[in-house]
Amino acid sequence: MFDFLMKPWPWYVAGPLIGLLVPLLLWLGNKPFGVSRSFKHICAATTPIKIKFFDYNWKDHIWNLLLVGGVVLGAFIAAHFMNDGSRVAISENTVADLKALGITDFEGLLPDDLFNWSNLLTGKGIVFMIAGGFFVGFGTRYAGGCTSGHSITGLSDLQLPSLIATICFFIGGIISTYFLIPLILK
Amino acid sequence: MKKNLKYLLVGIYFGIVLVKSEVVSWFRIQEMFRFQGFHMYGVIGMAVIVGAISLFIIKKRHMKSVEGENMRMKPKRFHTGLVIGGLLFGLGWAFTGACPGPIYAIIGSGTTVFLIVILSAISGVWVYGLIRKKLPH
Repeated sequence: MFDFLMKPWPWYVAGPLIGLLVPLLLWLGNKPFGVSRSFKHICAATTPIKIKFFDYNWKDHIWNLLLVGGVVLGAFIAAHFMNDGSRVAISENTVADLKALGITDFEGLLPDDLFNWSNLLTGKGIVFMIAGGFFVGFGTRYAGGCTSGHSITGLSDLQLPSLIATICFFIGGIISTYFLIPLILK
Repeated sequence: MKKNLKYLLVGIYFGIVLVKSEVVSWFRIQEMFRFQGFHMYGVIGMAVIVGAISLFIIKKRHMKSVEGENMRMKPKRFHTGLVIGGLLFGLGWAFTGACPGPIYAIIGSGTTVFLIVILSAISGVWVYGLIRKKLPH
């Protein structure tokens, strides 16, 4: 058991554990499983000027902010106390492709070549962190949900709009992966 | 506040699963978009299957929440944003290697530079709120 807690979890364990969040949140208080709306509530709580989209009482949605606060805590616990230091066991083909793009650090969850403070204001940092984050935020709100809201909750509920959104998430990701990322890293 | 604390526990559970399953790894997302491994498809696929079976049972048996309400899902709407927003989201997902849940989890796991990623994401939502009247929906 201890060994299991320390090692990375396979997809057939992790997938069902994530899927159970859909009925769990409904059962606990009729809440839809979704993460991205927390960004909207943070905007509503902090916007310096009045914008109609954010003009509501964000405190009514405090449950969602507690959920994402919990995610930060849970990730801290997992990374510090449930970690045997093993590398992310991605396919050899992916390692080879990423090496060809100049990625050298395969130790942690993400490559230090791209994600660190000293890279932040370089071209790479601006695209991978600043623009990347901006697109995730703008895109998720425009699409009305993210991977949890559309791809997991929406698909579980057999919602066609969520299928369209999920397909577009993947097309966007493929465009970045095959065209934009090589262009920037080369 | 007290009655909302249970959501903090649910979040802790979700955060642990996100890290333990390596869904928060940029490498896993690259492997997924390059179609070179099954892991991410397995995680998302199993999550959807378990979610769908649960919802099917909930609807069939008219099950109620702890508060005694009927459990209900809001239907999603069709609009242009699904496509344009979805594509932009996908671009960002591949760059950062993180969708919103993992952005929070990566901060928790100790990669502090993701504080900038989350600030950018929140700015993205804010700009959307600012210009949404001018966008096709």
